[in-house]
Amino acid sequence: MARMTYAEAARQAIAEAMRADPRVWCVGEDLGRGGVFGQYRGLAEEFGPERVSDAPISEAAIMGAAFGAAMVGTRPVVEMRFADFALCATDELVNQIAKARFMFGGQSRAPMVIRQPMGMWRSSAAQHSQSLEAWYAHIPGLVVAVPATPQDNYSMMRAAIAADDPVVYLEHKDLWAMEGEVDPAAPFAFGQARHRCQGDDITIVAWSKTANHAEEAAGILAAEGIGAHVIDLRSLWPWDRAAVLESVGRTGRLLVAHEAVQVAGFGAEVVAAVTERAFGALKAPPRRLGAPRTLIPYAPNLEERLRVTPRMIADAAREMLA
Amino acid sequence: MRETNRDIGRSLALLTMMERIRAFERQAELAATRDRLVLGAIHLSYGQEAVAAGVMHALRRDDLLLSTHRGHGHTLAKGADPAAMMKELLGRAGGCCGGKGGSMHIADFGVGMLGANGVVAANITIGAGAAHGIRLLGDDRIVVDIFGDGAINRGPFLEGLNWAAVFSLPVLFVCEDNEWSATTRTARMTAGAGAAARARAIGIEAETVDGADVEAVADLAAELVARVRRDRRPAFLHARTWRAGGHTYFDPAAYRDSAEAEARAREGDPIERQRARLAAAGIAAAELDAIRAGAMAEMEAALAAAAAAPFPPAAAAFSDVQDIGSPAGEAY
Ligand SMILES: Cc1ncc(C[n+]2csc(CCOP(=O)(O)OP(=O)(O)O)c2C)c(N)n1
Repeated sequence: MARMTYAEAARQAIAEAMRADPRVWCVGEDLGRGGVFGQYRGLAEEFGPERVSDAPISEAAIMGAAFGAAMVGTRPVVEMRFADFALCATDELVNQIAKARFMFGGQSRAPMVIRQPMGMWRSSAAQHSQSLEAWYAHIPGLVVAVPATPQDNYSMMRAAIAADDPVVYLEHKDLWAMEGEVDPAAPFAFGQARHRCQGDDITIVAWSKTANHAEEAAGILAAEGIGAHVIDLRSLWPWDRAAVLESVGRTGRLLVAHEAVQVAGFGAEVVAAVTERAFGALKAPPRRLGAPRTLIPYAPNLEERLRVTPRMIADAAREMLA
Repeated sequence: MRETNRDIGRSLALLTMMERIRAFERQAELAATRDRLVLGAIHLSYGQEAVAAGVMHALRRDDLLLSTHRGHGHTLAKGADPAAMMKELLGRAGGCCGGKGGSMHIADFGVGMLGANGVVAANITIGAGAAHGIRLLGDDRIVVDIFGDGAINRGPFLEGLNWAAVFSLPVLFVCEDNEWSATTRTARMTAGAGAAARARAIGIEAETVDGADVEAVADLAAELVARVRRDRRPAFLHARTWRAGGHTYFDPAAYRDSAEAEARAREGDPIERQRARLAAAGIAAAELDAIRAGAMAEMEAALAAAAAAPFPPAAAAFSDVQDIGSPAGEAY
């Protein structure tokens, strides 16, 4: 057990994986100086510039070349700098990486971690703030990771590097400095949710930074005598539908909260799955809380207007129980 | 005559490979038009066989190849089994991709063929990356990354060539310049002096060759492959060729002047040129005809085997997608 930040947890996970396996390497813009958020600090010094490689500002080539290198047996960790820039490499990720194994009849693998720092953070505005996790959950072939805590950023990064599948790894920029205890031996499997807190009155499903908000909301609700079961999905494909169904079976109420635009967000998938499979258990219509379908603004008051806050989650839960 | 100094064995091997490619594609075309057994679009390389035969002749079996939607010839010349390829075109079990890829995604990793690609230019960065992987692994293989003249107008051309140059990667880029991008003349949509000039602007040595002359292609490819393998840095081969047929097998190419197209196809037919060269070097017509007949018989057998093969089992639609969250377990 050690106390560390969310950024440091992933950094340690990568360093350990690189020590254990010479095929693991990192590539992206400005990695030599430690990455734009310092999330690679010290790695170039330890492993050298070949294994912690700077790259030209060529997102398509970073993604495509890392894929080519993965096909011949290396295990790249690909840095996209901001999730928004990964859109410059959409063909490489969606048409090539996600499909190659299937199209080629199982002849190839793409053991890659595709790091995409996402989310609203300090007035980064419309092109540096998006949460596009639902896009990737829609693409067969990809694993989608959305860690919310230092512990999970450690465990999930280790698991992502160990995976033979391409893992879209979405870290929330607002969590880099979050501190927490990390147990390197803690078990983790993709598709297994973390139960943040137990309760029998309502099920709140969230992930990434919003899972932390949901836990905070549960604290507010607990003080009022309302028991919220908060489920942090941690990965959106695969996702822990069984845990959600089990919980809603007990509580009869489902609230899903996420930072991404609510319309066609992954919350819609969670609500649909529960409605299809556990309609009879529902005591109230399920509810979603996400961003309005508008663009992320620069001015802090406008940016704040789009956020899903702990208070909003608590308010929605209360309304559902009324 | 220069030819008499050449290795006649190599010349015959090059002819044989070109005849096999053409015969394969004739059978594929028949399977599409006569038998209606080919399901999707196929892009034939009639007239371009010398590029495939000449370049692949310079490679070792463990060298790697990435190719395009027009990749049957490259794949066959890299050593793939034509019956497995034909099964793939027909979407059958036993196809090189299990019937799941088809013509545009043909691949045979066993012979270093890492895939054709349905997205123009996408293989350029991936091929550079395969060479990057080789560099990290530290062995002496090289990569050949083939694309058409139309591909030089997509971003991955710039990104992939720059990547290969700055990381000093062992990759030979081959631009198979048939002057057409689907139904558009590439020159009309391309500024500047073309593929080789663009490569040179990035600092990559580039050579142009008459892609109808298989000996010239093989000579230049051998030289460039040796250079790439020795110096561990990229090179660029620009092969001028001509697409004798339509863009796809069902494209009559009505958009181009048929007299010009036919004349170019006739003059630039690499197989007829090589036959003439070998005849002049004293090879009997009967021997040359036997090569053609052998190729035809081989590919007829490949088509027969493919037509007799079953379709893949239904479970294959759910296999080889991903280990974690596999649709074989949960797909809805
Ligand atoms: C990104 C992308 N855009 C368009 C297409 C449709 N398309 C398929 S082949 C082709 C022409 C490509 O020309 P070129 O690269 O010269 O290759 P050739 O067909 O001549 O072999 C086009 C436009 C595609 N497959 N991918």
